[in-house]
Amino acid sequence: MTSLSEQFGRDEWARFTLKQRMMRYAILLGCGLVIAWALTSIEVIWPWVWGAPEQIGDLFGRMYPPDPSNLASILAVLWDTVNIATFATAFAVLLSLPVAYISAQNTTPNRATLWLGRLILVTSRSVNTIIWALLFVAIFGPGVVAGIIAIMFRSIGFIGKLLGEAIEEIDKRPVEALEATGASRFKVILYAIVPQVMPTFWAVAILRWDINLRESTVLGLVGAGGIGIVLQGAIDTFNWPEVATILLAIIALVIIGEVISAFLRRRIL
Amino acid sequence: MLKITDLVKRYGDGDPVLKNLDLTIEGESVVSIIGSSGAGKSTLLRCINRLVEPTSGSINLNGVELTNLRGRNLRAARRKIGMVFQGFNLVDRLTVMENVQSGRLGYISTWAAMTRRYPKEDIRRAFQLMERVGIAQYANTRADQLSGGERQRVGVVRALMQEPDILLADEPTASLDPKTSEQIMGLLRDLAGELKLPVLINIHNVTEAKEYTDRIVGMRYGRIIFDDKPDMLDQAAMDEIYAGSPHADRGKAGAT
Repeated sequence: MTSLSEQFGRDEWARFTLKQRMMRYAILLGCGLVIAWALTSIEVIWPWVWGAPEQIGDLFGRMYPPDPSNLASILAVLWDTVNIATFATAFAVLLSLPVAYISAQNTTPNRATLWLGRLILVTSRSVNTIIWALLFVAIFGPGVVAGIIAIMFRSIGFIGKLLGEAIEEIDKRPVEALEATGASRFKVILYAIVPQVMPTFWAVAILRWDINLRESTVLGLVGAGGIGIVLQGAIDTFNWPEVATILLAIIALVIIGEVISAFLRRRIL
Repeated sequence: MLKITDLVKRYGDGDPVLKNLDLTIEGESVVSIIGSSGAGKSTLLRCINRLVEPTSGSINLNGVELTNLRGRNLRAARRKIGMVFQGFNLVDRLTVMENVQSGRLGYISTWAAMTRRYPKEDIRRAFQLMERVGIAQYANTRADQLSGGERQRVGVVRALMQEPDILLADEPTASLDPKTSEQIMGLLRDLAGELKLPVLINIHNVTEAKEYTDRIVGMRYGRIIFDDKPDMLDQAAMDEIYAGSPHADRGKAGAT
């Protein structure tokens, strides 16, 4: 390239050459065309879109004032929802420990177990909670049990994956030192690996509980227990004041969950 | 007595890192191994407790052949070999007492290990050793709160908790400042005398090797080329040990 003395005195500089600039405009134009094509191909019924503000106003009008007459039963199913989230998280945490152990490269006993662990993680994570719920409602029938197991299945992948990565990132030197003392494999895990992944373990468990609380509120839509069932019922019967109460209850629950998990995070970590 | 005969270690199919090496450590002598980086010092030490798997040859500690041990027998043999590391290799999030007691993991039950209910005599021994090296006041402190010298003392106590027949130290002072480094070397020498323990130390600092050890073994690219009293290590021997580089020894041009 040009030397410093050749550069000296120049007062023109451009980030891109003319050809590069033209290319960038062409790409931009191409992206615009693709978006325009996509918009025309999805058959939007424009009058409905333009009518949305009016509909929103109408809906709020019908929702207001919220009807608290069923508040007692709403709070009862809300408690179900909390239980679904909490039990599912607890079970998932326990079950994800061995999965994390076999899916971490540095602790897995052999290649077969490594792939088994990864298979479990991928299966669990690639299926949405709602789909799991549909499946387990078919197996266990509608209700809380199906909800708990659905959330548990989805959570095992999440917790197992993050915990497995935490195990892979540990400092290996203490492990080497304890192996050198003649400690058994299990004791090495107990003293050299567990203390190192403990902070991640708690952080992930709390985060997942937080997520599960939100997920369990929609499980009822497919009959898997919790507040969603009541919400579905109220929407189906156009009981908008009650829908409003339920939505407010869900928002309150999520905020409380947020506060609790923030508190736990501060206390434990 | 540690007797190493015809030891070879080869990684992959390259040139061996240890080439038909023979070494005997008798009695309670403090032996230092010197040599430039890549000479195979660390590999030699790690072959003894099988953190590195020897390719061939024999390592015999007090009548037990170590090279073919497996599973339970290997762990039983490792209990008798203490090791001190360059990076201390403590578990940072555990207390000093837990780190020290982890030297006993090969002896105590899994339940005792899990619940931290250590045998009384182990606790007594731990306090005695910690008192001896000056870290007893830190028993309940987390290991990551300590300074480098203190952390290495924890490492030394952990190794001694094993009641080893031999102590291996892999550059125990390389991460420490000169003053602390001398303290740790002095400590290793004194403890070796007090506990009647042979100690094998890899070390870069030749001055410390001469001052604190009874015998110096000089390695150069997988071979022992010097083995004598510290006084015999003259400039010519030093030059031979530290001349060239592993690259040059491998016969490649352009060694740095």
